[in-house]
Amino acid sequence: MAGYTSVTAEDLAIMLDAIGVGSVEELFDAIPVGVRLGRPIDLPPGEPEQAVYAELRRLAARNVSAEDEITFLGAGMYDHYVPSIVDMLMSRSEFLTPYTPYQPEVSQGGLQVMFEYQTAISELTGLPVSNASVYEGPSAVGAAAYLAKLTNKRRRVLVGRGVHPHSRATLETLAVGYGMEVAEIGLDDGVTDLAALRDALGDDVSAVILQQPNFIGAIEDVQAIADAAHGHGALVICAADPLTLGVLEAPGNQGADLVVGEGQSLGNRLDFGGPSFGFFAATEKHIRSMPGRIAGETTDADGRRGFVLTLQTREQHIRREKATSNICTSQALNALGGVVYLSWLGRRGIVELGELILQRTHYARETLSALDGVDKLHDCPVVREFALRLDADVGRVLERCAAAGVNAGYALGRSYEEFGDGLLVAITEQRSRADIDRLAEVLGAAVAAERAGAGAQVAAQVTSSEGLSLR
Amino acid sequence: MTGERSDPFTSQTEHQRERATTIFEKGAPRRRAFRAPELDVPAVEGLIPAAQRRGTPPRLPEASEPEIVRHYVNLSKRNFDLDSGFYPLGSCTMKHNPRLHERVAALPGHARLHPLQDPRRAQGALELMFNLQESLAEIAGLPHVSLQPSAGSHGELAGVLLTRAYHADRGEQRTKVLTPDSAHSTNPATVTMAGYEVVKVALDAAGGVDVDDLRAKADDSVACLMLTNPSTLGIFDPNIEEIASIVHGVGATLYYDGANLNAIMGYSRPGDMGFDIVHFNLHKTFTQPHGGGGPGAGPIAVSDRIEPYLPRPQVVRRAPSNGGPPTFDLDDDRGGSESKSIGKLRGFQGNYGVFVRTYAYIRSLGGEGLQDVSEVAVLNANYLLARLREKVGDRLPLAFGERCMHEFVLSGAPMKKELGIRTLDVAKRLLDHGFHPPTVYFPLVVDEALLIEPTETETRETLDAFADAIAAIVAEAEQDPEIARNAPYTTPVRRLDEAGAAKRPRVREVLPD
Amino acid sequence: MADASYPDDLLYHPDHDWARLDPDEPGVATFGITWYAQDALGEVVFFDPPDVGSSVTAGEFYAEVESVKAVSDVIAPLTGEIVEVNTSLADTPEAINDDPYGAGWMVRVQLSDPGQADSLMDCETYVGTL
Repeated sequence: MAGYTSVTAEDLAIMLDAIGVGSVEELFDAIPVGVRLGRPIDLPPGEPEQAVYAELRRLAARNVSAEDEITFLGAGMYDHYVPSIVDMLMSRSEFLTPYTPYQPEVSQGGLQVMFEYQTAISELTGLPVSNASVYEGPSAVGAAAYLAKLTNKRRRVLVGRGVHPHSRATLETLAVGYGMEVAEIGLDDGVTDLAALRDALGDDVSAVILQQPNFIGAIEDVQAIADAAHGHGALVICAADPLTLGVLEAPGNQGADLVVGEGQSLGNRLDFGGPSFGFFAATEKHIRSMPGRIAGETTDADGRRGFVLTLQTREQHIRREKATSNICTSQALNALGGVVYLSWLGRRGIVELGELILQRTHYARETLSALDGVDKLHDCPVVREFALRLDADVGRVLERCAAAGVNAGYALGRSYEEFGDGLLVAITEQRSRADIDRLAEVLGAAVAAERAGAGAQVAAQVTSSEGLSLR
Repeated sequence: MTGERSDPFTSQTEHQRERATTIFEKGAPRRRAFRAPELDVPAVEGLIPAAQRRGTPPRLPEASEPEIVRHYVNLSKRNFDLDSGFYPLGSCTMKHNPRLHERVAALPGHARLHPLQDPRRAQGALELMFNLQESLAEIAGLPHVSLQPSAGSHGELAGVLLTRAYHADRGEQRTKVLTPDSAHSTNPATVTMAGYEVVKVALDAAGGVDVDDLRAKADDSVACLMLTNPSTLGIFDPNIEEIASIVHGVGATLYYDGANLNAIMGYSRPGDMGFDIVHFNLHKTFTQPHGGGGPGAGPIAVSDRIEPYLPRPQVVRRAPSNGGPPTFDLDDDRGGSESKSIGKLRGFQGNYGVFVRTYAYIRSLGGEGLQDVSEVAVLNANYLLARLREKVGDRLPLAFGERCMHEFVLSGAPMKKELGIRTLDVAKRLLDHGFHPPTVYFPLVVDEALLIEPTETETRETLDAFADAIAAIVAEAEQDPEIARNAPYTTPVRRLDEAGAAKRPRVREVLPD
Repeated sequence: MADASYPDDLLYHPDHDWARLDPDEPGVATFGITWYAQDALGEVVFFDPPDVGSSVTAGEFYAEVESVKAVSDVIAPLTGEIVEVNTSLADTPEAINDDPYGAGWMVRVQLSDPGQADSLMDCETYVGTL
């Protein structure tokens, strides 16, 4: 007996007798000798719970998390405060342990959560139809491109360079399977180059994809991009940051046909990148092409209000090769966290939170760009994240800041060659004015030290950590 | 549990009497839970251009924390779950979710780690991912692992895209993917999304792949054969070596859907069977909680010839030249401009929170423990099958073969013919008995299918009770089939109008302005 | 739902589709699915009609019909061009179940070759295949 099984010698005797075999091994007779492992699985022996806990703690202690430093690192996932009721509700057995609601009569809890979540996402995005979640942000962008292809059968996708690098990369990878071609529209002064977009548009363009705010923090003109795209019959896909939608206009009200994005900032942890959830909302006409699960309202045999998975004919288990996506398991528990969080924030809270972050972001940008050797990379309006240019090696500056207990942000050069001196700084409600002032102090000192030529010393320290790449 | 039909005004359960109200119908204007921190910086006007400013705030609920908690806690009680009862959903492996895993996943060093943290300051996470990769490689019998895919079907998509890249690299134009009719239904959808045509391979009388049909269809237009073994019929295909040989003989890849891995650990490995690409469902065999429909994870393991195409980044281990301890890194480059990687399938590096739980499981069980898992899974399935055969074998016979691996498929066709109730009705009546039904109407090759997977974490008493419940339902139907046809009676809602929901979809709450 | 019925004035295609040659307009026919097909599908929730003016080919699918748990291709019994589509099915798709040969009609087609009708089965032959 190991782990979580309960077969005693007594149980075994009864069971083998009922089956009519002499040993458990006989039950594996169907496996031909030629494919038998013939030896034990070569893994360390199992350990009791307390030893496993100790090991996982040891590993945790080797990580510098947002608990251990003041972090301004964003770039797609953000250190927001997750309220305790989210943890509590996500750990309830009734939400944590069932599977997808295939038997709706005993899954009204989960189905109603999906229905409420869909309602909340529709509210945020300004679009009437939302599904019950997809995996995360970048693959949501990929799924949106698939929907565009199914809808208008065109082959080209135009994607703005301001869209998250991982979304663009995922789109490229998936496009190979879809048989679609991806072309990038560059940035101009921090936002999507509208002239370049207009030049690139044509009758072969299936969709135009933009991000709001874009990766370098700038607010895009969704309406202008949408108008240009619609003029050529292309769908408009807007990847949006959901927490900014208390202060920014809903892209669905500005011409976006699909609004998708990363849901992590809604009540989900950083978790080194996942699990989180992706949201996916569309105009009414796309409802039958939507990927993923959708919960719908209905009544039961006695007239009671209830909920079911609906429009299942879109899905893989019925339409098989003609399905609108292959999603089976998605992110139901994380979406629960999302809707609980949005309920906790409430109608006023999402605006207040957005305003607070907006003001602190402005303060941070002004304060930091006033430092010597630090300038704004662009001057566009920002709401929660902004880009700076440093007159010093960004990697070494980040090292110095880290040594002082501050994670100053994301080195833009990691994914934008043209911004090799760029630093992306994210603000959440957990970063107080005092934290921002500390960042200014530490960043200012780091840049000054690097400019003063202390660069060689730090470089030596860096390479002595055996050439680990800064990805 | 009585057989009476429910009268809306009497004999209702407490849950049935409660009207479903959403969180949007609760609360009242100006109630709140969130309190914003103080604005500690000067407030500046005009930071967002008027055209971009939100006009009307999103109509989110306005409720206090106690109201929100009460709402969701009460909602949770309208759910059946695995912690509460037996959940033999075939093909889903609903095994116990150890709570240690929740505790370790919540450690701030794991939970509050940013994905773009400098790898030098995320060594614990990278070590964990690397060790997990190694463990999965050993279990699969294939050396190279990517943890990136978010779910089984995501792993399948990765596998087919890897296959595409492999053939393209050889200058080959292949157009088809073969899959048997018993395949998990995400397979055909995945194949289409990857730009291939689905071609079905027939099953033989024993429920395995029809080798002659495979031989006829396998040619150099075929990119891949996607299989699971044991199949969704719960049967280990004895011809797997020949199947592998045919597929490789035409230069195609062999893909393993890991949904049924729970049956064979310690006995056989997909790599040793000849598979080139394998995906794991960490939310099946490896106890990641199902969460009501996710999150999961679908890592893949591949052979040497597929390795160059793996997604980026890869977690790598480096032995330092000065002889110190190894360090771990995320190799995003994968060979730079020469890289043959298919690229990325999602943001960052995967569902790390799931890896933490899975790793804890593998450390808890060890190699021997994993073998024990498969032994008991197969034992439990065969025992339950034996009991069901004893009691209802004539009405609900086993569809294929004599025994099974970790799951088995019964056919409700004789029962339908003789008693006039269908598999669906049995499923609904089981709800009144306090069990979650098995998977119904899958695989499609069996008429009125009932796919049952007990898993290894259930006790013999539970299996006996389930078999008794099925027997009771059948016996009841012999007296009065109407009872099952109108079931369930005791669940929070009764049978729901799914046709109405599909005709006039209402997918969000109607909110007052 | 109606009881099993197969009107003897219709022509049938083996994939469970019927054609009615218009007695008043030669060369025009109405198509739909048979009682057997609607029974197998269950309650129809959605019918996605093709466009007026598009062409249909005998033996090939021209539309889809959906129930809660299944999707089915609708096969054209004869070749021609669509001149009319039953738009009321958008609001009442269940007419396909309740009255598959009447209110549940799907499209009217200008046949390209009326002689093709000879290749279809009569009622007795079709019922024999069930």
